Amino acid sequence: MKPTDTSNPEYFHKVVDCQHACPAHTPVPEYIRLIAAQKYTEAYMVNWESNVFPGILGRTCDRPCEPACRRGRVDEEPVAICRLKRVAADHKGEVKHLMPQAPFPQNGKKIALIGGGPASLTVARDLAPLGYELHLYDEWHKGGGMMRTQIPAFRLPEEVLDEEVNYVIDMGIHTHFNTFVDSMKEILDQDYDAVFVGTGAPRGRNLELPGREEADKNIHIGIEFLADIAFDHRSTIGKNVIILGGGNTAMDCCRTSRRIGGDNVKVIVRSPFKDMKASPWEIKDAQMEDIPIMNNMPPKEFVVEDGKLKGIVFGKVRAEYNEEGRRKLIPTGEPDEFIPADDVIIAIGQDNAFPWIERDLGIEFGKWDIPVLDKVTFQSTNPKVFFGGDAAFGPENIITAAAHGHQAAISIHLFLEGKDLVSDRPPPTTNLIRQKMGIHEWMYDSPVVEDLRYAVPHEQKTLTLSNRKIEVELGFPEIVGFKEAQRCLNCDVQTVFSEEACIECDACMDVCPTSCITFTQNGEEEDLRTRLIAPALNLEQDLYISDKLSTGRIMVKDEDVCLHCGLCAERCPTAAWDMQKYLYEVTKTYSMPEPVEAI
Amino acid sequence: MTYVRPTFRHPELPKNKIGYAKADYEGAISTLCAGCGHDSISGAIVQACYEMSVEPHKLAKISGIGCSSKTPTYFLSNSHGFNSVHGRMPSVTTGANMANRDLIYLGVSGDGDTASIGMGQFVHAIRRNLNMVYIVMNNGCYGLTKGQDSATADFGSVSKPGSVNQFEAIDLAGMALELNATFVARSFSGDKTQLVPLIKAAMSHQGFAFIDVISPCVTFNNNKGSTKSYDFVRDHIEMTSEFDFVPEQSQINVEYEEGKSASVPLHDGSVIELRKLSPEWNPTDRFSSFTRLKKAKLKGEILTGLLYIDPESTELHDLMGTTDVPLNTLTQDVLCPGNEQLQKINAGFR
Repeated sequence: MKPTDTSNPEYFHKVVDCQHACPAHTPVPEYIRLIAAQKYTEAYMVNWESNVFPGILGRTCDRPCEPACRRGRVDEEPVAICRLKRVAADHKGEVKHLMPQAPFPQNGKKIALIGGGPASLTVARDLAPLGYELHLYDEWHKGGGMMRTQIPAFRLPEEVLDEEVNYVIDMGIHTHFNTFVDSMKEILDQDYDAVFVGTGAPRGRNLELPGREEADKNIHIGIEFLADIAFDHRSTIGKNVIILGGGNTAMDCCRTSRRIGGDNVKVIVRSPFKDMKASPWEIKDAQMEDIPIMNNMPPKEFVVEDGKLKGIVFGKVRAEYNEEGRRKLIPTGEPDEFIPADDVIIAIGQDNAFPWIERDLGIEFGKWDIPVLDKVTFQSTNPKVFFGGDAAFGPENIITAAAHGHQAAISIHLFLEGKDLVSDRPPPTTNLIRQKMGIHEWMYDSPVVEDLRYAVPHEQKTLTLSNRKIEVELGFPEIVGFKEAQRCLNCDVQTVFSEEACIECDACMDVCPTSCITFTQNGEEEDLRTRLIAPALNLEQDLYISDKLSTGRIMVKDEDVCLHCGLCAERCPTAAWDMQKYLYEVTKTYSMPEPVEAI
Repeated sequence: MTYVRPTFRHPELPKNKIGYAKADYEGAISTLCAGCGHDSISGAIVQACYEMSVEPHKLAKISGIGCSSKTPTYFLSNSHGFNSVHGRMPSVTTGANMANRDLIYLGVSGDGDTASIGMGQFVHAIRRNLNMVYIVMNNGCYGLTKGQDSATADFGSVSKPGSVNQFEAIDLAGMALELNATFVARSFSGDKTQLVPLIKAAMSHQGFAFIDVISPCVTFNNNKGSTKSYDFVRDHIEMTSEFDFVPEQSQINVEYEEGKSASVPLHDGSVIELRKLSPEWNPTDRFSSFTRLKKAKLKGEILTGLLYIDPESTELHDLMGTTDVPLNTLTQDVLCPGNEQLQKINAGFR
């Protein structure tokens, strides 16, 4: 194998599994260390810079970082990254003065943002400090989009949402609330220099089964039901409720129903439990509120008597998977089952919908009626129009929307500066800093603690079930937050190897607790992976390869389960190993360097 | 500050045939200087015991005083141990061995502990062919007292402050050969591919197995002019053979060129397979080993590898006809066979 090129910013980035997995590439270990140091305000700002909604995400994020967390590969469970983010938000001090301060000197260019959700708000925040005049349109009376309409208040209190939405709005954004945009043409006809579409995936899927129309009064679409509750358009539901669907919306619907009169709420899913799309923790929270989840039962018919919904007839199936892992639901032959219900909520997915975009504006649409976009720049086939969030490639999550927003903002800025959207895109900002303070002292807490993951305390169930606005999770108290923060392995503190200093004493190889380091003869990757002290079976993790050493061998480090404990560097007599903190940041519009004039 | 080694281990760490992972043979984290050759030797001992599937409670590690003699703390935490008086490791091992012949005795000593204060003990343990592995971690200096030349420092070797050694060195491997040791080897801490099979062979050998391991002192004897530095040893190293130890009941899967290969079967059924790198040398011929060692010395080479082995060696217990089982398993009726037996013995003296 060739020696690893650590000058490629992506190499060390990939070692920081959580940050690499995060769509917005939030520097997770960096803010976790700040939390451990009780620097909550600073930790909040590291987050705010990267993901704009730390308090919201600290409660509602889909947490792609946690399954990626290295700790999960050596310990039972990963670090509670998401809930630590909330610790920063809960305990922070004054932050507003640390953000860019409006009013900003204007550059004379106007941009329309359609939809007031996380994607649009991120674009707004990134472009406002550059002097753009930003006009935000939303059909509701407040910003926040799906974060307001689809996430129940017992998971995300309104004050938290308002606070973080307003940090952006207060940057001088021109809001057009209570305005439903029903024509893209009208927007384009105005004098906007660019348009960003962040309208989400607003159409909940329906289920056309016999009886659907007759029982329409008691059959609701999940996301519409949640929006009705959020805006107090509805406050009750029948005693017996069936939720159809196994995603996070289904979990929010069933838990909301429990709070507004649903005594007997069931979630019924056509597929097996393990195939459910909902996050495991959301399923667990629903189960803790006495909501049974029934699987392998596809609905067949809504039973209506005297024009009133009586219940649903379900079939019974089992799942079979073919060689490619594709699932087929096969009837078991058991008799169908009737389950009575006063109300039914259909939460089986949602789609993008662009009936308001006229098809003669140069904006091309492809398969599934999704706009044709450049995957990097988010530019549509009409160069003035950009998409982001769920509106771009279909339903994802808040953190993905924020990540899209950052990239779309860069594209819009480059576009309006007359630059190339791809070749002029700024590279990430990276920094590698030595951590050595003494023979056994580092600037980070290198000892690896053995604590198991701490559970977040919950409010009393009797209380939360009686009022849909009482938040269920209480967040980590400071001391528990500190202990959980200490579980972080500091993967961003990189093990950096310099072959010219190595005397091949083997000390690192002997001391490494997880047998990551091997000195051996070079070979092809496939062969090399089997020849290490412990076999490198996780192909998603790279091997760090040195140049040829003086005995002709090379150093191979399997990045898979390195604990970043620093022992290799402590036992190295020549500092051939060094621990260096790697900070990787996605460049934002307002931190883009000024172009350097050619000499 | 991390003097603590994390307890997490690689989840895919292979296990040996008695179900232990290499981690089960580890000890406490080393407090020796970073890069010390001794730590590599500890690593090689861990590796050898893991590969040999040694049950940790079936091994006793015994040492004297010095940097080398601290190392038993850093390997085999689950084995028996005795950190004895300076230079007295062989006596303690002799006592332990006499009392319980079922254990593997791993003696660890240094050049000071063996070639100076413990010389008298060392030579007598060889003479008696005590069944043990005797490892000298040889760095040519007194590292624990800031690096003065030891008795194994080579003539002309330059110390870190710059003084040139005026005295002849004691060659411990040569001396062991001279005293008819039944297993003599030399190795280098920086070459585990050689050291690990040597330790394994030494543990299988019935009798006194001596390994002189050159182990650079990174702090006091790794300077230019030193003959025990990493660079000097790597530049001057010469091997008797390429070496492979085949444990009992394993398939032999190394094939060496006809005429150059030698295979030495040991008491316990294991085999030493080696490819000779010099035709005039024969590992079971003491005289050829002597010659090879002297030639290397004249050429300024550091000769490593297996130097000599007597596969027919008879260890001390067998020489003395002692009991086959550990003393602590002897019950009263065996130890005190009764009046009838006593009368018979007394009659024998009449």
